Order: sequence, then structure tokens, then C-alpha cells
Amino acid sequence: MGKLVSKLRLFALLPLAALLTGCNFVVLKPAGDVAEQQRDLIIASTILMLLVIVPVMVLTVIFAWRYRHTNKDAPYDPDWSHSTQLELVIWAAPLMIIICLGALTWMGTHLLDPYRPLDRIAPGEPVAKDVRPLNVEVVALDWKWLFIYPEQKIALVNEFAAPVDRPISFRITSSSVMNSFYVPALAGMIYAMPGMETKLHAVINKAGAYQGFSANYSGAGFSGMHFTFRGLSDADFDAWIAQARASSDNLGRQEYLQLERPSENVPVRRYGTVDPQLFAAIVNRCVEPGKMCAHEMMAIDAKGGLGLAGIDLMRLHYDKTVRRGAVFGPTPSYLVSICTIEEANAALDQSAVLNLPINGSPILGAGLPRPSFTPLPSPRSTWLLDGRRPQRS
Amino acid sequence: MSDPTTTYSFLLGRFSLASLPLNEHIVVVTFVVVALLGLALLGAITYFRLWGYLWREWFTTVDHKRVGIMYMVLGIVMLLRGFSDAIMMRLQQAMAFNGSEGYLNAHHYDQIFTAHGVIMIFFVAMPLVTGLMNYVVPLQIGARDVSFPFLNNFSFWMTAGGAVIVMMSLFVGEFAKTGWLAYPPLSGIQYSPDVGVDYYIWALQVAGVGTTLSGINLICTIIKMRCPGMTMMKMPVFTWTSLCTNVLIVATFPVLTAVLVLLALDRYLGMNFFTNDFGGNPMMYVNLIWIWGHPEVYILILPAFGIFSEVTSTFSGKRLFGYTSMVYATVCITILSYLVWLHHFFTMGSGASVNSFFGITTMIISIPTGAKMFNWLFTMYRGRVRFELPMMWTLAFMLIFVIGGMTGVLLAVPPADFVLHNSLFLVAHFHNVIIGGVLFGLFAGMTYWFPKAFGFRLDPFWGKMSFWFWVTGFFFAFMPLYVLGLMGVTRRLRVFDDPSLQIWFLLAGFGAFLILCGILSFLMQIAVSIMRRASLRDVTGDPWHGRTLEWATSSPPPDYNFAFTPVVHDGDAWWDMKARGYQRPLSGYKPIHMPRNTPAGLFLAGFSVVLAVALIWYVWWLAAIAFVGLLTTAIGHTFNYKRDFYIPADEVAHTEGERTRLLAAQV
Repeated sequence: MGKLVSKLRLFALLPLAALLTGCNFVVLKPAGDVAEQQRDLIIASTILMLLVIVPVMVLTVIFAWRYRHTNKDAPYDPDWSHSTQLELVIWAAPLMIIICLGALTWMGTHLLDPYRPLDRIAPGEPVAKDVRPLNVEVVALDWKWLFIYPEQKIALVNEFAAPVDRPISFRITSSSVMNSFYVPALAGMIYAMPGMETKLHAVINKAGAYQGFSANYSGAGFSGMHFTFRGLSDADFDAWIAQARASSDNLGRQEYLQLERPSENVPVRRYGTVDPQLFAAIVNRCVEPGKMCAHEMMAIDAKGGLGLAGIDLMRLHYDKTVRRGAVFGPTPSYLVSICTIEEANAALDQSAVLNLPINGSPILGAGLPRPSFTPLPSPRSTWLLDGRRPQRS
Repeated sequence: MSDPTTTYSFLLGRFSLASLPLNEHIVVVTFVVVALLGLALLGAITYFRLWGYLWREWFTTVDHKRVGIMYMVLGIVMLLRGFSDAIMMRLQQAMAFNGSEGYLNAHHYDQIFTAHGVIMIFFVAMPLVTGLMNYVVPLQIGARDVSFPFLNNFSFWMTAGGAVIVMMSLFVGEFAKTGWLAYPPLSGIQYSPDVGVDYYIWALQVAGVGTTLSGINLICTIIKMRCPGMTMMKMPVFTWTSLCTNVLIVATFPVLTAVLVLLALDRYLGMNFFTNDFGGNPMMYVNLIWIWGHPEVYILILPAFGIFSEVTSTFSGKRLFGYTSMVYATVCITILSYLVWLHHFFTMGSGASVNSFFGITTMIISIPTGAKMFNWLFTMYRGRVRFELPMMWTLAFMLIFVIGGMTGVLLAVPPADFVLHNSLFLVAHFHNVIIGGVLFGLFAGMTYWFPKAFGFRLDPFWGKMSFWFWVTGFFFAFMPLYVLGLMGVTRRLRVFDDPSLQIWFLLAGFGAFLILCGILSFLMQIAVSIMRRASLRDVTGDPWHGRTLEWATSSPPPDYNFAFTPVVHDGDAWWDMKARGYQRPLSGYKPIHMPRNTPAGLFLAGFSVVLAVALIWYVWWLAAIAFVGLLTTAIGHTFNYKRDFYIPADEVAHTEGERTRLLAAQV
């Protein structure tokens, strides 16, 4: 019986083999150094595991056949159920494999940590000292991708590009729900999550157009949420940038709030100029004018908060047709910024002193003693973006 | 209600005729078919005057054997629903190429893949596993029932109640469109304002109560009700794996309950545990749900491992190789299963050391699992392997599960997971282990213990048809998904751009069709076996030359299981008794103390379902009434003092005398 199964599997593989030749195994044949290393790890791990899997499968078939009921020649030993040596072997064999695989995993995970800046662009080719990575900010929207080039000051929807052999540094977030940013030819995926920033470092080694998409289901328009990634030569990349710059469209906060609304199968759009603080505002969920940014709120909370006196809520206007509040809860609203957008931007930009208005009146909240609150001396407002928790002073 | 723009009717909450999916033709046709079949069934029950019988002997029963069978029936019925979802998805994905949108819109398709996952895990695999444990464990340990028989009946009805809520969502309103774990913020009120996620939450909460209580019940049963002589290290392996599974259930299901309560608080009371703003953190939900979710897969697979152990040993006619290491392996897996949950979201930005830790703990689980695999191998070694159906399922498991295990360990390597996470490779992997492991185990278990439950074997011809359809169907349905995963195709897509992928989806669709034939053959097998039961009859109670105590009593066992509590001297108790020339005692019967049937569990579950539906539709007055009804019934039940009765010694003597006569006629 077992033999039949294995025969059947071989049989099933025959037409598959013919099919396989015509396919694009992008995961096994990527075009970026990071994805190639990930592929190598897949192959090495598979081979390691086959060392124990194949003998088990072969033994299963052999034992089942040799000790079949009708084979009276085979020895029958109904009480044989223990052998210390054998037990040592059957625990040790997988253990050895896992020790090797564990070592491989530990090294591979650290070397290929998406947060770790690249130190090579291809096997044996370290990143040259003067090369700075290309910064790309990625935002997953419902249901399209926004790419912001902070240095080139352009933005695109559903297309982005990078010069061949130049490291790319991605900062990734999402506007509403979880998505996953994945260009299989380039590097492994990383989630795009609202209110959080994830990072990815990668490099593309071959020119070409590659498909990227969201690898985490995010609602009705998910299937159409893909984009093109172009690996370009330096000259082509400059031309591509120039093409985007030629667009007269500007991506400011108002335009972003329009763009953010749900839409499906969105064609490529280019913005010649872009609000330089947009990405930081998206991560901190304060694109709407007057809304307090998450990092400001956290900085206040870290200082002990402002109590009820500090709570100044404004209602969300967005998308009135859909009921967005919980049935018994308060209507969705958000905290109003204590300072103006310009002040917040200044804080984000130069880590300038944030002049929080001090409310001298007794605190109104919950009967608690008023926390000692002093104006933040020099809030590194970008601490959130560095992935560090603020230190209590 | 704080939003003045939305008003709900007091009487019906947010229900209106628009909530009925009357424009979804597929749903309407399904409803008509289900309604006609349901009416036919109800009509037949009425015509044959079976209501009284069903009520007295089944619905209100506290007998662990009948509760177990009801669980199995529930699981098989829900398998048909879950599989319908599967074949609809396969059809959609095979069609939606070259600009075609397929035949399902996003609204419908997104509900289908969510429902498929939820139903297959919670309402197919869980009831089938719980049903087998319920039926077999008390018999294997020589007990007369579980520790808390009423609780057992209540647990079943709560699970069935959850299933009713999920089924209701098909025809009234909609189900969640979030994927089977309903990650916020997508499942939050902001992005899923409709009833779907509420159906999800309350179906799982109601069923979760049943699962947790049944876990407590079985732990107590195994710890406290073993027959004299059965020390822990003489327990059958299936009982051991059941013990570990129920420990996992009791430890993890409260986490699921808690996380769903938090999500419900977000949705109903506007709290901000998992929202984007106000300090909410969706990743907290992801952590919590997987702290339940990963042990859950071991909750399913451990009993299957137990079944394979019993089957391999029985059909090799040989003691299980390495019983002690098998037990330790099971316990290792139980403990380790708590230490691996983060491997479900390596790609959410944890640091390299955290990812490596969880990757390596995951790999470590493969060591005890590998040891188990070798133990089954060496159980066959120097045995006499009979290729009966349960053994065929076991061999198919051994060959298929190792592939799934291998791809699982591969996915545990974080850099590999970065390119394979959420891909069809992952989908292929978990179907590989859940079908090749859990489901094959359940089929092995059902064929193995069916003669114990009903007194006749299952028809081998249709069983083999089902087996071969399932095995070939599995390869056709899931090997293409492995391939597609390596081509970077992600899951839950509704339409595709690249036409070269279509051939693989067609192959997978063909596989799903073969599996359909497998399911139909399985149903056919049961039907044929019932018709041919006379020729398939087994009067010995021990059709397979079994080794454990359940084979010591008659098939089906009497209400009291054992006229005399057995005394055990060896791990393979019944094998040992047979080897020593055990003789059934033929006299000296005493009255047997038994629990009495009660409808309280059914009423409690009924009120819970009404409460859940009222909460889903915001019908607050009905929720209040149902809640009061629930409390009143629960308190009222504590004043029911007629909880037990004695089976008179004469009746026991009569039942045992009948069996003696049958056994004598056999020889």
C-alpha cells in the first residue's frame, strides 16, 4: 500500500515536471541579493531536513511491506517494545539536524534582519563607503501603495523604482489596516501597520520590472493592491525621477486625505512635489489639520499626562456614510493638537523646543494628585521614528 | 447610542429586510436547498415519531458515548458546509483569470474564506476530536462516564450553539470578511461596521465555553476516574494525548475568550484596545490570538497522534515501541507549544534575536515529533501489519505528514518565512499537516472505533474508495499550492493577472473535486454499512484484536460501560487480560449508580444562542430577556436534586446475560 502511494506520487510529478519549466519561480530565482540569500537558506534547510525525512519515508514503506500480515517469513516479536540504543538514536538524529538548522537560523536571521542596513550588494561586493542608500517611504492605503522619495521630493502611487546595485532603505507604514509589503524578486516581506513604522533594507541587482503586492489580506480591494517595481540603471533612474518631477501634482495633506479614501485597482499616479512631513504625520496619525500626533501624546503621557484638562476632542468627519462608532461608545473623535502644525513640523524637523502651553489651573481628572509637569526641555520628537522609547527625566 | 445619524429600531435592532442576502443568488439557492432538506428531515422525524426518542435518548443524554456520537455528527455535518466553502474558493480562483472576475464578488468571496477557516477549525476538527475523546477516553480508563456528565451535555450544546450561529450568518446578514483570525483594525468597528465580525465573536464565544468546560471535564475524568491499577504510565497513549490536549484547551481557550471580549469591548463600548488611535495596539491582538492559536493546532494534532499510536500497535499486533518516550514526547510538545506563537508573525518587525528564539523553539518541537514518527516505525518493525482501513490512513499519514512537517520547519526559519509568509506555500503547509495529520487521524479513529460504538464495522470497499480519493485528491489539491507559493503567489486573492498561474489552480480545483468524491464515498460508506450491518456485525466487542480496555466490553457498550470495574496490571490492559486467559464474571452483579438525563444543558445553550443573536443585531430587550433566562435556568438547575438513579442488579444481570448468550453463539 505504502509503495502504491509513493508510485502514485511519482506519477503525479510527471506532468508537473513539464509544467514547471514554463513558470516564473520568483522566490527561487529572485533578482535581489537579499532575496537570493533567503532562497539559499530555504534550499540549505530543505536539504538538511531531507537527511532525516527521506530515510523515514523509505523505512515506512519498507517496514510496512516487509512486516505485512501475509509475510510469514518475517520475524514476529509482539513484545519487543524497547531498546535504549535505538531510542537514543531516534531522539539524537532529529536533535543533530535541529542543532545544525538552529545555528543556520540564528546566523541567517541576524544577517538577513530587515532592519539591518546592508553591508554588501552582492556576494563579495561590499557596499562602497561613499554610497548612501536610497530612502523610500512606503504607505499602504486602501487599496493602493504610496511611495514617497523624501530626497527627490516626489511621490508615486503603485509604482516605484531604484537604481541597480544601490542599497534601498524602506520605511513602511499603513494608513488604515494591516498590509504586508512584498516584492518577491527584491527581498522578503515586512508588514505595513497603521501607527507603526517598519523597516526594510534591500538591493536590486538586475534591471527589470518586477511585481510587488500586499501579502496580507486587507479588505475588499486587496486583490488589486499590486504595484510595479523597476530596477533601473543610474541614467534611467534619473530620467524616471525627472518624469515624476515633471508632474504638476502636489501631494500635500489635503490631497493625501483624498487619496487615502478607499479605491481599487488604481493606475499609476505621479506627484512632482510632496509635503516633506507627510510620512511622519501618517505614522503619527495626524495628517488631519489640528489633530494631535501620537508622538506628542506619548511625550505628554511619558511626563505624566495632562489629566482631563488636556483632553480636547474633535470629531472625525471622514466617511460619514458608514457608521464608524461603537454602539455604546463615544463617537469616534481625536485629540486636538496643542500646538499648530507648523510648530509640530518644526519639532519634527529640528527637534526644536516644543512650547507646550502650561495649564496652571488645578487638574480635573479622577481626583489624582497633579503630576509634576514641566515643559519638555528638548523633545526629540523623532524618537518614535528611531524606534526608541522616550526616557523619563 | 451616540451617533445621531444612525438610528436602530427598538424591536429589531439593526435588522431589516435589507439584511437578508436576497440578491446573492448562490445564497438564496443554498437556502432553498437547505430549507427543503431540513423540512424533509423534520418531516421524517415527525412521521416516524422519533421526537420523543431523540429527546429522551439523545438531546438530554448525559451518557458520554451518546454525547460523543452527537459531537461526531455535528463535525461531519459541518464538514459538508466547510468543504462547500472550499470548493467555491477553488472554483473562483480557477476562473478569475484573463480579466474575468470569477463568479464571486469580494463581499461574498471574503466571507467564504473566513467561514471556511473558522468552520473547519472550530466546528469540524474540534467537535470530531472532542467527540472521539468523549467516546473513547472513559472506556479506555475503565470508567462508567466522565467526571461531570451534565457538564458534558452542556458543553456539547454550547459547541452546537456556536455552529448554529455561524450557519445563521449564511442566511441572515453576513459573516466576517476578515480572515479566520479577524485581525484588527480590519475587524474593528471602523473598518467592519456590519454584523459579520459580531457573528464571528459570538459564535466563537458560545462554542468556546463548551470547549473549555469539556476540557476541564476530561482532565478531571482522566486524573480521577482511572480504574484500579491504571497508573499514569499504564494509561493508553490516546488517553495520554487526550490529557495533554485538554490541558492545552484549559490553558489556552481562556486567552481566546479574553481577546474576543476585548475585541467586543472595542466594537460595542468604543474602547481602544486594538484601534489605531488613542493608544490602541492591533499587534496586541495578534500576539494574544496566536498565544491561543498555536497551541490550538496541537490541541488538534495530539489526539490524532494518540489514535495513530493505538492503531499502529493494534494492527501490527505488537506492543507500542517506546511507550515511555512517546509519553515524554507528548508532554514536551504540550509545553513547547506555548513557546512558539511568534512564528506566525516574524514579518511584523520583531528583532532578529526574538525571531531566532521563536524560530528555534519551533524547530525543537520537531524533535519529539520526529521521535514519535520513529516510534510508530519501530512498532511496525517485527510486527504483523494488517492493512485494514485504519492502518491505511495511518501509513498515508506517516508519508504525508513528514512533508508537512518539513515545510513547517522550513517556515520556522525566519528568513525563509520572510519570503513564504502568507503565501500559498503556507496554505499548502497547514493543509498538509491538518488534512494529512488531523483529518487522516480522525478517519483512522472513526473507522477504528466505529464497530465499538455501533456493533458493526464500516464497509471496507467504500472506505477504501474514500481513502484513495482523499489521498490522491490531497496531492492534486495542495502540491500545486506549494508550487504557486514558490512563485510568490499570496493567499486570499480573488482575481489574478498572470495567466500562466491558471493551470495550477485548475489542478488544485481538480484535487478539490477528488476530495469531494472522497467525502461522498465516506458518506456512502456509512450508508452502505448501515444497510449491510447484519453481515458486518461484530458480537465479540473486539473486532480488531485490540489491546486497550474499550475492547473488553460489548459493542456497543451498555450504558454503564463495565459491569465490574476492571483491574489493570499492564499498559496494554486488554491484551494482557486476554494473554492471561481472562474470564468474564457471570454473576455477583450489583446495582450501578448512574447520572440522570436532563434538558438543562440544551436550554442553557438555547438561551446563549438567543443572547448572542440579540447582541449581534443590537436587539437589547431580547438580549436582556435571554440573559435573565440563562441565569434563571442555571440557578434553577442547581435545585434539581433528581440527578442520579441506580440500574438494578437484575437489569445488569439481564444485559450481561444477553451478551454471554451472544458470545456463546459466536463460538
